[in-house]
Amino acid sequence: MTATLEAPAGDEQTEVGAIPSFEVTLKIRRYSPESEHGDEAYWDEYTVLAHGTDRVLDALHKIKWEHDGSLTFRRSCAHGICGSDAVRINGRNRLACKTLLKDVNPDKPITVEPIKGLPVIKDLVVDMEPFFASYREIMPFLITTGNEPSKERLQSAEQRERFDDTTKCILCAACTSSCPVFWTDGQYFGPAAIVNAHRFIFDSRDEGATQRLEILNDKEGVWRCRTTFNCTEACPRGIEVTKAIQEVKRAMITRAF
Amino acid sequence: MQTHQYDVVIVGAGGAGMRAALESSGSVRTAVISKLYPTRSHTGAAQGGMCAALANVEEDNWEWHTFDTVKGGDYLVDQDAAEIMAKEAIDAVLDLERMGLPFNRTPEGRIDQRRFGGHTRNHGEAAVRRSCYAADRTGHMILQTLYQQCVKQDVEFFNEFYVLDLIVDHDLAAGEVPDGETVTATGVVAYDLATGEIHVFQAKAIIFATGGAGKIFKTTSNAHTLTGDGMALALRRGVPLEDMEFFQFHPTGLAGLGILLSEAARGEGGILRNGDGERFMERYAPTIKDLAPRDIVARSMANEVREGRGAGPNKDYVLLDLTHLEPAHIDAKLPDITEFARTYLGIEPYTEPVPVYPTAHYAMGGIPTNVDAEVLRNSTDVVKGLYAAGEVACVSVHGSNRLGTNSLLDINVFGKRAGRTAAAYAATASYTDLPEDAAAAVVAQLDEMRNRPDGERVAEVRKALQETMDANAQVFRTGESLTAALDDIRALQKRYKNVSVQDKGRMFNTDLLEALELGFLLDLAEVVVIGSLNRRESRGGHFREDYPERDDANYMLHTMAYRRPAHLGADEVVEADGVGVVEGYFDHVEDFDGYKIVLGSKPVTQTRYEPMERKY
Repeated sequence: MTATLEAPAGDEQTEVGAIPSFEVTLKIRRYSPESEHGDEAYWDEYTVLAHGTDRVLDALHKIKWEHDGSLTFRRSCAHGICGSDAVRINGRNRLACKTLLKDVNPDKPITVEPIKGLPVIKDLVVDMEPFFASYREIMPFLITTGNEPSKERLQSAEQRERFDDTTKCILCAACTSSCPVFWTDGQYFGPAAIVNAHRFIFDSRDEGATQRLEILNDKEGVWRCRTTFNCTEACPRGIEVTKAIQEVKRAMITRAF
Repeated sequence: MQTHQYDVVIVGAGGAGMRAALESSGSVRTAVISKLYPTRSHTGAAQGGMCAALANVEEDNWEWHTFDTVKGGDYLVDQDAAEIMAKEAIDAVLDLERMGLPFNRTPEGRIDQRRFGGHTRNHGEAAVRRSCYAADRTGHMILQTLYQQCVKQDVEFFNEFYVLDLIVDHDLAAGEVPDGETVTATGVVAYDLATGEIHVFQAKAIIFATGGAGKIFKTTSNAHTLTGDGMALALRRGVPLEDMEFFQFHPTGLAGLGILLSEAARGEGGILRNGDGERFMERYAPTIKDLAPRDIVARSMANEVREGRGAGPNKDYVLLDLTHLEPAHIDAKLPDITEFARTYLGIEPYTEPVPVYPTAHYAMGGIPTNVDAEVLRNSTDVVKGLYAAGEVACVSVHGSNRLGTNSLLDINVFGKRAGRTAAAYAATASYTDLPEDAAAAVVAQLDEMRNRPDGERVAEVRKALQETMDANAQVFRTGESLTAALDDIRALQKRYKNVSVQDKGRMFNTDLLEALELGFLLDLAEVVVIGSLNRRESRGGHFREDYPERDDANYMLHTMAYRRPAHLGADEVVEADGVGVVEGYFDHVEDFDGYKIVLGSKPVTQTRYEPMERKY
């Protein structure tokens, strides 16, 4: 099915640093087991009129709202903080709401596919359960012993800075689903789980590092990382994911954290 | 269809819902039902901080915080509730720290604090450092931390389940129940998005924590999913909504997009300038200038634009200037919001001012509750077994204008209270039988919506609603503009009956979901506009150009909006709410197709602060 679609011209918007409107074609990987396509995935192409600062999510919405209501994807906050809309855009994992159309060469059709390595439920929606299961396994919570202090625990600005980067994670799965090891072995914990382990291992208040390192010392743990840096490149929050994984590896050897 | 039984069912897994779950799941069987994965909730978008008078960096105390909250809300705040919130704020922050929240730190290693709009020392003398924060992603860290604790406590979640009905033993929307008679909430009906299956949850206690309804407006900082579901479900079952006319427009949304740039930008020294480069807030709030409460700043900005002093080619926004701040300081304290400016507008905040304009941000109103988060069905009677917390609720700690950071505080303080009260109630209460056909209405509604003949698209009706609300019920309102909005909403309600969905499937049908959400938005927009029409005064976030003054003699009361059957006479309903009402006020009745919205009032609780003129 190929639909060529016209959007009403002259749609007014307050544009800053305005870039003229342009036509863009999205080539979307679809999967809809209830439809006549059954279990076969297929591609649909849509051409829509986009405005200067429109994002891929705006184009997806335009398709869904004006042309094909059955196109299915997740989204919520639409500005890169909720982590709902990680998809594969022109072969790279990105958040649809953070990717401006003008930045992904709109002269050619832009391909949009579900992230890889997780079972597809419908169109761009994947089953996130395996991803969250790995996250839960690394004990992603502060572990302490003894009595709770009556006030806050003290932590220096430097100690706080040590794990700042990995607190930014929004669990969008862009990193994990960009990892070639994860594609071939879904049992691998994956970068996101390790990032969240890092967040606690290097938190001066936490006393659970040994347990977490033990969990990640598994054959499906950190040693499976082949440092391809896909994860770092994919992270929409700019976290140095590969570096975090290496720091966890080092902590495992040196037991210094 | 599946049925479940839990002592406590929490609807919504944002900050309030998860905070409640942490309280209740330790003692009673608890389930959290959420239309999103918990970490997708919009609590995560909150940026600037959470105020508590820790006095870590300068002198402060909770009484000053209470006063600021009351004054910030233009005296429509229930002062007992504000006092509880300001007092319990301190433990709420310490709780989060002990749960592992990575707050920014002082040189001594304690929780750092910074300035925020409307928060002052000693009753308005000067801005005070009260906001505890984690860079400009405090909400993100709160959401993550609460979810982490839920993982630790093994809280049971039903993710991507959409609650579509509240089951009560007396449907208040079907007819009046005498005051004092017991009305009990007994369960909810939910739709599993992945499979399309219906689930009925029977519960002793139900906590609504579904968040706000910003999507009634076009320009909003809110997520696409913030469609006021919980408020609308309560309204449709006859539970009143309180103070819905008070909607906060956050001053600094990215111009044209509405994406939020935290007030922390001004707390860290950012300045608002008009097209002439003037720091115009000096004229509107000489003492605290750019750190005046949001309603005042938003109105001042809109006024600059209206009077031709806007910036940009169309002079339709103002500028947030951070260029005098050190780049390293910006990176340390405001990394996310500066990245928003770069990503979405291509603006470099180190060297260029950022175009901003007010964006619909927060519903001060909601489902009325007492300080224990029990839902009220009129001024005094509670609905047994029903609780609400967070933006969906109206305690009321925000009055007619919420202070920045007080929402993160609200969800923690009243989320915890809701969880605790609900668990205590559920521990001794017994289950109430559900009707045989508890899910019948929902099943029929879904089938009808799915099988309609081809009609208008959901998005067209939604867009028309959002446009009329932006044009007629935003920062500046008049009787005329509000009447126009109400006429539009009536027409849109008719069109809504003919919208159709294209996706007829059962699995992950977000097309169907958006159609249902639109129904909620329309119902809520009605209540917002009727409340605004009735309130012929200006107070906090509600500004009537035709009535620019605050009118304490007639309007120092909360609005209560009740949905009642069309056949009921106005004098047959909400009689008990006439306390303190002057004739001719709070007696508005608006007829719709099949029902009516009847307004009543509820007294404002005053303890130590007499209303004064609000100057900053």
